[in-house]
Amino acid sequence: MTDLSQSLTSVRLGLPSLGRSRSVVNAALGIVLLMALWWLGGWAVSSNPRLFAFSNFAPVPTLSRLWQMIQSGEVITMSVPSLERVGLGLLYAVAIGVPVGILIGRVARVNEIANVPFQFLRMISPLSWMPIAVLAFDTWDGAIVFLISMAAIWPILFSTAAGVRRIDPSWLKVARNLGANPFHTLFVVILPAIAVDVLTGIRLALGVAWVVLVPAEYLGVTSGLGYAINDARDTLDYARLAATVVVIGVIGFSLDALAGQLVKKFNWVRQDGH
Amino acid sequence: MVLMKSKELAMPKSPETGPARPLTGAHVAVFGLSHSYRKADGRVLENIDFEINQGEVVALLGRSGCGKSTLLHMLAGLTKPSEGEVVINGNTVLDPSPKWVMMFQAPSLYPWMTVAQNAALGLKFTRRSDEIATRVPEVLDLVDLGSFADRNAQELSGGQQQRVALARSLAPRPEMLLLDEPFSALDAFTRRSLQQDVRRIAKDLGLTLVIVTHDVGEAVRMADRVLVLRSNPGRIAEDTTIALTDDERSGGSEAFSREHSRLMAVYSQVAGIGDAPTENDFTQI
Ligand SMILES: Nc1ncnc2c1ncn2[C@@H]1O[C@H](COP(=O)(O)OP(=O)(O)O)[C@@H](O)[C@H]1O
Ligand SMILES: [Mg+2]
Repeated sequence: MTDLSQSLTSVRLGLPSLGRSRSVVNAALGIVLLMALWWLGGWAVSSNPRLFAFSNFAPVPTLSRLWQMIQSGEVITMSVPSLERVGLGLLYAVAIGVPVGILIGRVARVNEIANVPFQFLRMISPLSWMPIAVLAFDTWDGAIVFLISMAAIWPILFSTAAGVRRIDPSWLKVARNLGANPFHTLFVVILPAIAVDVLTGIRLALGVAWVVLVPAEYLGVTSGLGYAINDARDTLDYARLAATVVVIGVIGFSLDALAGQLVKKFNWVRQDGH
Repeated sequence: MVLMKSKELAMPKSPETGPARPLTGAHVAVFGLSHSYRKADGRVLENIDFEINQGEVVALLGRSGCGKSTLLHMLAGLTKPSEGEVVINGNTVLDPSPKWVMMFQAPSLYPWMTVAQNAALGLKFTRRSDEIATRVPEVLDLVDLGSFADRNAQELSGGQQQRVALARSLAPRPEMLLLDEPFSALDAFTRRSLQQDVRRIAKDLGLTLVIVTHDVGEAVRMADRVLVLRSNPGRIAEDTTIALTDDERSGGSEAFSREHSRLMAVYSQVAGIGDAPTENDFTQI
């Protein structure tokens, strides 16, 4: 007991001087709180006779089941198809969103024409395209990738356009004066200038795409995380269902963190600059 | 501050008339230049004619809004005149070219690049990348920033950034520099040293230099000749020579004061103001 209170005191004393360890401690605290809530919920469910069937949602059954799934490689086999679909969907969204974003950012006329249609389309839940996607695509995979692209394209497109609009006009003038051709202007000036905006758009798009993925995989496919959720529900395997939810959360979190690192790396703005 | 460290300094130099070297600067002739941005707004510039000799330093002096920047953009080929033409070295200017480089009040460096990468751009764009390794250190030395090559452009002071912009403009070996109030955002000391250095560099390299300013002191300090512009529409009202030696230009001499007062009188009369402001530019020194 004295040991614990002593170490707690030292942690507290260390807080003001060590900003980094402080944020680590707080993050750990957040995780502990989340686990505690989860555990509390599991306890409430299992102590209620009417909900007893769902007691496997609790941390202990879920995590032991997750450990099994990791060891058997099931986590990998259920994640890879999902990651492929999200990756492909994002790829299409970037391939269309970045050029179109540059165009509407550069040409005021195009922006004026495209603004209303794009804002209109953006507000439609990507999942409402589902029936159309199913009709339009031969494969379930194609339909899912389409839905993900529909969700992911808007943050990328608008973020790119906003970045292009913020480009200092004199950067373009200087480049033109120094003999840049359009290819130079695009690759030496415009793209580096907007790299952060594009990556920020991709990061937002990734979040939306990951959210849309699971319901999209309720469609006919027989692989992926969404399918695994659906399948576990149908087979009443609630430990597996909860373990899959954890997998979805962990992968989503990691992808976002990765994208965050990329944004940081390509950010040329120096906070301490002039 | 000693700026010249490169081979270009090796040219023999007489104290009064500048370097005795073949002139490499551009010759400029402007014929019947008029410009309006929108027809309804009327003319910003009207019927401008003048000539600039090779290696001459010319100041365009006029009040804010009289069309100085517009005129400079047209000399650079960055804006097409509504009427008339700009002829450089016998050819009508239709497009911008790294042979005549414009510089602005903001250094407009690319903040994601190092100092050296910024300075190398003109060579890169004109497919002379093989010259970068020798030419970039040379121009950075020329502006006294040799040791800053690998620093990020954002880490430099305003004056240093403007020096990088100068190095970037000089790297492709231009024939003319066009400066649009390039020092007006700098403090007085930095401004003075850059005014001297830019004039010296232009003279040493034999470059033609056109500098837009609304500061009489800057015009007297830097220019061989001053074109005073009137506004609405912009026209050239006076074309006057500043007869000062380089030593006299550093200020303080009687000759400097005389030229300053004379130009001030001309400017005030043209601009239609009682007493044109000079900014705190040490004219009393
Ligand atoms: N891109 C533009 N479009 C419309 N009007 C402009 C533009 N640039 C400048 N003007 C107008 O032209 C006039 C001259 O501007 P400018 O050449 O910038 O003058 P100065 O550099 O002498 O201050 C001003 O009245 C200004 O409002
Ligand atoms: Mg101006």
